[in-house]
Amino acid sequence: MPLLDRNGLAEDPFTRVETTDIEGLGPVIVPWAHHEAALARRGDNQPVGVEIPNTVSVAELRPVLDRFALVAVQFPSFADGRGFSLARQIRREGFAGTLRAAGPLIADQFADALNCGFDQVEIPEDLASRQPPEHWRRALAAISSIYQRGYGEGASILDQRRAARLREASDGR
Amino acid sequence: MYRYDEFDERFVRERVAQFRDQVARRLEGALTEEEFRPLRLKNGLYLQLHAYMLRIAIPYGTLSSRQMRQLAMIADRWDRGYGHFTTRQNIQFNWPKLRDVPDILDALADVEMHCIQTSGNCIRNVTADHFAGVAADEVEDPRPTAELIRQWSSLHPEFVWLPRKFKIAVTGAAHDRAAIRVHDIGLRILRHPETREIGYEVIVGGGLGRTPMIGKVIRDFLPKEELLAYLEAIMRVYNLEGRRDNKFKARVKILVHEIGTEEFIRRVEEEYARLDGPSINADPEEVARIAAYFAPPPYETLPVRSHQLSVQRGLDPAFARWVDTNTFPHRVAGYAAVTISLKPVGRAPGDITSDQMRVVADLADRYSFGEIRATHSQNLVLAHVRQDDLHGLWQALGEADLASANVGLVTDIIACPGLDYCALATARSIPIAQAISRRFQDPARQREIGPLQIKISGCINACGHHHVGHIGILGLEKKGIENYQITLGGDATETAALGERLGPGIDADQVPDAIERIVGVYLRERTEGEEFIATVRRIGLEPFKRAFEAQGAGELADAAA
Repeated sequence: MPLLDRNGLAEDPFTRVETTDIEGLGPVIVPWAHHEAALARRGDNQPVGVEIPNTVSVAELRPVLDRFALVAVQFPSFADGRGFSLARQIRREGFAGTLRAAGPLIADQFADALNCGFDQVEIPEDLASRQPPEHWRRALAAISSIYQRGYGEGASILDQRRAARLREASDGR
Repeated sequence: MYRYDEFDERFVRERVAQFRDQVARRLEGALTEEEFRPLRLKNGLYLQLHAYMLRIAIPYGTLSSRQMRQLAMIADRWDRGYGHFTTRQNIQFNWPKLRDVPDILDALADVEMHCIQTSGNCIRNVTADHFAGVAADEVEDPRPTAELIRQWSSLHPEFVWLPRKFKIAVTGAAHDRAAIRVHDIGLRILRHPETREIGYEVIVGGGLGRTPMIGKVIRDFLPKEELLAYLEAIMRVYNLEGRRDNKFKARVKILVHEIGTEEFIRRVEEEYARLDGPSINADPEEVARIAAYFAPPPYETLPVRSHQLSVQRGLDPAFARWVDTNTFPHRVAGYAAVTISLKPVGRAPGDITSDQMRVVADLADRYSFGEIRATHSQNLVLAHVRQDDLHGLWQALGEADLASANVGLVTDIIACPGLDYCALATARSIPIAQAISRRFQDPARQREIGPLQIKISGCINACGHHHVGHIGILGLEKKGIENYQITLGGDATETAALGERLGPGIDADQVPDAIERIVGVYLRERTEGEEFIATVRRIGLEPFKRAFEAQGAGELADAAA
C-alpha cells in the first residue's frame, strides 16, 4: 500500500508477514500478537517491525521497544485519534526507529501525524488515488507554525515569540 | 482585550486558506462527505434542518465594538440580518451558503476572529466568567488563562480527533458564573491557603447531555505555571482511554465515572510524572505578555456613589427597575457592569438583529471602552459603564428594544435553537420560551417572583442546560407529539446540582401553566427574602410535585366534563 513521508511517495523496504519464521526474509513487519516469537527467531541484524493496534499501551511496549526497527500504529478510522497520543508516548520512551501511521488517514492529518512523531503514513490504495501526493504536500504546508511546544521540528509560535523577546532584549539594551 | 500579533494573524489567515482548500477538495471529490464532515465541523460549519449554520468563536465571550460591527456586516451581507448568541458565548448565523463560508471566514479574520473548533470532537471554544476583571470576589482575571488555553488548544496536533467534544471553562472568582462544575474541565483560580501562591483547582468530568454529571476535583491546587503540561496529561489519558464504541458514552465524564475518580487521578498523575513540564508550559514572559492585554481600562476617579444616578432613579421608576435588575457591582468606584438583555418578551432568546449589533457597538464605544461581552445566559454585557452614564445608556438601549429589565428573572430564559433550526432537536424550544415569557410579562410580577432561571433544551443533548436550570424544561418527542419534561432544583454555580424530574412529561401548551403552579408553590412557601432556589432546597420537591400532579388531574377532569 502507498507510503508517504514528508518528501512524498516513499519506497517500503519492509514486508508484512503473518509467519513467525522470519529469518532470511529481510526487513519484515509482524503483527503484535506474534512479536515475541518473531523476535526470538530473527536473523542477525534483520530489521523487524511490529504493527500494533492503537489499544496497546506504552507500558506493554516499553520492554521490547528498542528491539524494533519500525513500529506501525494502526488507525482503524481517520477519526480515531488514539494513535497520535500513542506516537507521542513511543517517542518519549526514546524510540529512534521508524514510526508509521497505518490506515485510512486523510491528507489533512499529515502535519498532525508528523508533529506527533510519525515519520510516515501508509494509506489504502483507493484513498491514495483520491488524494494524490500533491494534496498531502499542500496539506502539510497549510499551517506554517503551531502554538504547541514540543510538537514537530519547527519552532512553535510560543518559542518564536520567546526568541523575538530575547532578540529585542539583546538589541535594545 | 487580547490583540493578535503577527503569529496569531498568520495562523488564522492560513486556517482560512486551509478551509478554502478543503472545500475545493470536497467539491472535486478528493474528500468524501464522511471525511469532509469533521473538517467542516472543526471550522464551525453545521448542516442544519434548512441550511448550513456557521458558529463563530467569541473566545471567553469577549469582543470589541469593531468585531461586533463586522458581525453585523456579515449578518446583512451573507445571512438574514440577524445572529443568535449561544450558551457557549458564541454567535451563530443560521443561513449562510457553503460557497460564501470562506469569504465569511476572511471577513472574520479581518477583525481577529475565527470559527476554529466551535464544533467537532476537539477542544471547543473556552469560556469564562462574563464579569471577569469586574467582580469584587475575583482572585485573578480568568481571561489570560482562557486566552492561553485558546492558543494551546487551537489545531493541537494530538487532540483534534478526540472521542467526543471537550469543553473547558475558567473562573477566577469565588462565585461561579462560568458553570465550571458542568464542563469537561473546569478551572478555578485560587490562592494556595498557606503559600498564597496563585494556582488552579482542577475539576474534570462534569457535563450535561444525556448523562448529566457534576465534575470531580482532581487537583486541589495546581501551580499556575504548570497549567499546559497538566492539561496535556488529562487530554492524553482521555484521548487514549475515553470510550469510542458508543458516542453517547464517549465524554470524559463517562471515563471518570466508569474507572472512578481515584483511578482517573492516578492515570493522569502517572502520565503527568512522565512529562517534561518545562518543555510544554508557556514561559512566564508569555503569560505576562497575554495578561498585559487584559490590564484595566483607563478608569476615571469617581465617587463610590453617583449623585446623578440617585436623582435619575428617583425621577424615573422604569429606569430604577432596570438598574436594579440589569446592573452588577463594579470593583471600581463609580462604575457598574450592565447586562443587555436579549430576552424581550415574546422573542427568541439570544437573537439580535444587525441594527441592534451596531447600536451595541456604538454604545460600547461611547460608554464602555469599546468592549462587549457575551454571557452563557445569551445576553450581552457592557462591563465598565460610569454610573453617571447609566441613564443615557438605558435610554439609547430602549430605542433599540434592548432595555428589557429582566436579567436573572423568570423571563430571562436560556433556550437552545430547538426544532425550529436544529437537526438534532426532538422538540421546539423557542416557542416554549416565548409562551412562558408572554405569560410572565408583567414586570411587577417578575420582580415579585425574583431570581429564577428557566433553561430549555429541545433534545437530550442539553444545549439549553436544562439540568442546571432552577426550572429545567426538556423537549422530547413521544409518538410524534412534542412532550416536555420539567425538572426542578438545578444549579450551575459553585453549589452545582442537577434538577430532578417533577413527574411525567406534558404537552407544549401545558408548560406555562406548569411553571405557574411551580411559582405558586414558591410564593406560598417562601420566607421573607428567600429566593426560589433556596425555597426549593429547603422544602424539597414534594410540595411542587403535588401541585404538578394536581395540574395533570385537573386537566383530565376538564377533559371528562
